[in-house]
Amino acid sequence: MNSASCAAKISTQPFSLNPTSPASHDRPLVSPKPTSLFLGSTRKLRLSSSSKLNLHRRSGTVVAVSDVVKQKKSKSTHSLLITKEEGLELYEDMILGRAFEDMCAQMYYRGKMFGFVHLYNGQEAVSTGFIKLLKQQDSVVSTYRDHVHALSKGVPARAVMSELFGKTTGCCRGQGGSMHMFSREHNLLGGFAFIGEGIPVATGAAFTSKYKREVLKEADCDHVTLAFFGDGTCNNGQFFECLNMAALWKLPIVFVVENNLWAIGMSHLRATSDPQIYKKGPAFGMPGIHVDGMDVLKVREVAKEAIGRARRGEGPTLVECETYRFRGHSLADPDELRDPAEKAHYAARDPITALKKYLIENSLASEADLKAIDKKIDEVVEDAVEFADESPVPSQSQLLENVFADPKGFGIGPDGRYRCEDPKFTEGTAHV
Amino acid sequence: MLGIVRQKMLEQSLKKIRPAVSVLRSYSSAAKQMTVREALNSALDDEMSADSKVFLMGEEVGEYQGAYKITKGLLDKYGPERVLDTPITEAGFTGIAVGAAYYGVKPVVEFMTFNFSMQAIDHIINSAAKTNYMSSGRISVPIVFRGPNGAAAGVGAQHSQCYAAWYASCPGLKVLAPYSSEDARGLLKAGIRDPDPVVFLENELLYGESFPVSDEVLDSSFCLPIGKAKIERKGKDVTIAAYSKMVGYALKAAETLEKDGIDAEVINLRSIRPLDRSTINASVRKTNRLVTVEEAFPQHGVGAEICASIVEESFAYLDAPVERIAGADVPMPYAANLERMAVPQVEDIVRAAKRTCYRSVS
Repeated sequence: MNSASCAAKISTQPFSLNPTSPASHDRPLVSPKPTSLFLGSTRKLRLSSSSKLNLHRRSGTVVAVSDVVKQKKSKSTHSLLITKEEGLELYEDMILGRAFEDMCAQMYYRGKMFGFVHLYNGQEAVSTGFIKLLKQQDSVVSTYRDHVHALSKGVPARAVMSELFGKTTGCCRGQGGSMHMFSREHNLLGGFAFIGEGIPVATGAAFTSKYKREVLKEADCDHVTLAFFGDGTCNNGQFFECLNMAALWKLPIVFVVENNLWAIGMSHLRATSDPQIYKKGPAFGMPGIHVDGMDVLKVREVAKEAIGRARRGEGPTLVECETYRFRGHSLADPDELRDPAEKAHYAARDPITALKKYLIENSLASEADLKAIDKKIDEVVEDAVEFADESPVPSQSQLLENVFADPKGFGIGPDGRYRCEDPKFTEGTAHV
Repeated sequence: MLGIVRQKMLEQSLKKIRPAVSVLRSYSSAAKQMTVREALNSALDDEMSADSKVFLMGEEVGEYQGAYKITKGLLDKYGPERVLDTPITEAGFTGIAVGAAYYGVKPVVEFMTFNFSMQAIDHIINSAAKTNYMSSGRISVPIVFRGPNGAAAGVGAQHSQCYAAWYASCPGLKVLAPYSSEDARGLLKAGIRDPDPVVFLENELLYGESFPVSDEVLDSSFCLPIGKAKIERKGKDVTIAAYSKMVGYALKAAETLEKDGIDAEVINLRSIRPLDRSTINASVRKTNRLVTVEEAFPQHGVGAEICASIVEESFAYLDAPVERIAGADVPMPYAANLERMAVPQVEDIVRAAKRTCYRSVS
């Protein structure tokens, strides 16, 4: 493929990996959404053209994002969206997510894992697209569908697999389980079973980041928090409460909606009065963006902008990623209510296949490179299973550990005396 | 007293894999076997067909046929106006149901597990439980909140808590905890007909268990009284009081104890609020020893309340201190071996009963 045709391809369809068939045709009950040639919905762009002169805060911010994107496009018509290294990194991360989840399913049916296990197959583009742009100190808060968020954030596959097996070498020493992955080192703040529960927690993490910068005077603290949650959560009160406060206090947070259209067996369209979630952002004074969540490069571009906004102190963003889960809600879900045609439609838009096609067609990587990555990841996942298998189960004494952070749990310090009797403990800035 | 002991692997895995058939001998000649799931489904069906003011509300109760298939077939039979699939808004739909109950209809609200009721607890307590009192009897709230409660298998800390003690501490609520299919059917029908808010605590692991039911139970007017416990097994040496799944464990413990010459009386509490203090006290006055069993956290639990009641009313009759068996005082761990240790097992009940009888524990 010569460079001229390469450039031509890019300028007409700058950010699209998939053929331009509108998603809406196969979602009969939704009013048709026009094709996204640009980032976000063109509906948003129409809004912007009519209100260009009307740049007050609510619609203005939406305009700003699309304007920035349009400028970027015109400046860089000849360059690709990613370099070879970035491309391979994204590919490896998505393949790790997919292979890991497939292995989880196998292990569950063999009885090595138990309880509730919720798999992320099909949604890898969202996790990879967002989390790979973060630094170690940025935080991620997730739901019960958190294995792949943990892996993308850097928690080793061994630790996640051991946790799922309930072994003491797991990231939470076997006490948390599939739905409760925590890692202080990688700033993964969970893993919550109740939907909507993680959003206030994420908002709090963002609040801390701002607090550190402004009150504690750590001037370079620009940590961003990402809150991942689903479409069902967007009907929950906590979501709206946090949108309000995050916008009010301009917190460095990005609310990422993984809209996979289904909450167990409840279709998003049956549960929501206005199914277009991104519209709820401007109602609270923040930009609301819709992006094709099956396309990792599109997600990455939107993520760059949203994370950048947060880092610069411009406040929160609501990003709705249209995605799909290839498996059922959990491994116990028979998945009978979803239309096979819908499943087939999204299976054809598999984010990994799409990225692979992009990398090969744009000569960023060869088949051999990608196969090598596939093989490497297979080995990583096999190794994780072996490691988890061979790890010991928690000892009996671990049952009662860590209920409190205070070692004896009764206000008794490590030296055995009551803390309140220690003058150092009661000394503070209070003037008596 | 915490009962934490390692359960034999086989027994536990069997419990997880297939439902056990109960070997209760205390029912009258029973021709039919019915699972708790069928009992609940038939109770809802009976009540919905008898009274068109009864409707169901909850997540996945309609098209999904119920997250645990309790409401199977009801959407097809009664239509979407009476079997309502809600979005995931516990606080919202619970409040809506309570408001509807103020106006005289009879909602049955399903929580996918009672853990999720914490998101709606403001409405259960403040809007439902206290309203008849605050309005001085003018507004009653004929609502039922039902769903699985307590530990399941490997579902982690946020899905395994037992809420019996929390709800039972609140005046204005009636809290029921069925064990067998007869309990499930009778108590749910009674709860739906009751003009007050009822919290109906089921157990996920009991849904598949089969129990014999007599023809009387299958009758559409069958109801059990709220506030009366049942003596599941008569005995004379020690009283074991339990509710929900622990009744099954207590009965197994009683069989083991029988081999050692201890004749245990097992009380199925059925009703946590109002607690049937008279039955428990009468039993303790007969046997002079008491063991309470619950799966919940020990502090401020149902066992603590029963113990206080006995001390207040039957102290002179006690020959030994009350033994209280509860779950471990930790959030439920995920790892399988730790989870086994965090929940009472049959051996714990046997050992506690022997301790009250001053027998050696071996």
